[in-house]
Amino acid sequence: MGFTDWLNPVKGFGVTFHHMFKKPLTVQYPEEKRPTAPRFHGRHQLNRWPDGLEKCVGCELCAWACPADAIFVEGADNTEDARFSPGERYGRTYQINYLRCILCGLCIEACPTRALTMTNEYELADDSRESLIYTKEMLLAPLGPGMETPPHPMRLGETEEDYYRLGRNNG
Amino acid sequence: MGLEEKIPSGFLLSTVEALAGWGRKNSVWPATFGLACCAMELMTAGSPTYDLARFGMERASATPRQADLMIVAGRVSQKMAPVLRQIYDQMAEPKWVIAMGVCASSGGMFNNYAIVQGVDHVVPVDIYLPGCPPRPEMLMDAIVKLHDKIQNTKFGAHRAKQIDELEKRALRSLPLIQQGAS
Repeated sequence: MGFTDWLNPVKGFGVTFHHMFKKPLTVQYPEEKRPTAPRFHGRHQLNRWPDGLEKCVGCELCAWACPADAIFVEGADNTEDARFSPGERYGRTYQINYLRCILCGLCIEACPTRALTMTNEYELADDSRESLIYTKEMLLAPLGPGMETPPHPMRLGETEEDYYRLGRNNG
Repeated sequence: MGLEEKIPSGFLLSTVEALAGWGRKNSVWPATFGLACCAMELMTAGSPTYDLARFGMERASATPRQADLMIVAGRVSQKMAPVLRQIYDQMAEPKWVIAMGVCASSGGMFNNYAIVQGVDHVVPVDIYLPGCPPRPEMLMDAIVKLHDKIQNTKFGAHRAKQIDELEKRALRSLPLIQQGAS
């Protein structure tokens, strides 16, 4: 016990008072959004080649890698009249059930063509189970400049080798 | 519920709906039902950085009697299901449920005999929130979507009509595959 004990509560309230002049940390979420980490695991996206053909070849490796069995893929053969992806096959049906998906990214690692990647989008909540099963139309990347909706023939270069070489440089 | 249920439909009812909706959505008190890792993110959402108090829900009640919203955060085991239902039954009307995280929403990666494959087997769910675990922003996004739902809640005659319509639509809807989705 000393003579300055009465100062202790003053010191205590001093901390409180000091914080009144500090900038608040709160992020006003719905109005201002803090960017996620660049490699954040958000919603998936099915990518395209620079001419608009789908990169997905319907190999189902993502579905096999998925620990939660959230991905459903059904491949089909490309024909000369209807070509959706370079190569033999394309993913005709592609669905991800976001109520099963744990956004672990194993499907991304499994994908041999980099067709499946993840975006930084995370606002996924919805009010029914059905609306959270994302179909191929919802997952496909939007058409960029110079892209054309499949089906159409391969447009980059003359040969298949040209196609992949050009596609890799521009894609 | 209360008096507001007894008003005849018309101009007055619409005004009461808007007013009550506004009041309800700005004071949703959560009964937190933290069961697993999602509860960590739920607690973070209450921290100063995210500050759930901005939505009028700073008081996470430990008693279901004074709560409006149950946030089921985490996997629900078969043994926990009756407890979950009891807590839901103890909450006073009007009440809402958010299934936070994939485990609460559908069982997630735990597709086995020990885990309830989605809490909608036990209680009616208003908002499903995917993510494993969802980050606090995702939870707040779900809450904002729930606010929207609360604001547009109908009363009395309007409510009966809305329920009837939703029921009819649900009965008509086909599975995704039969809708021709790819």
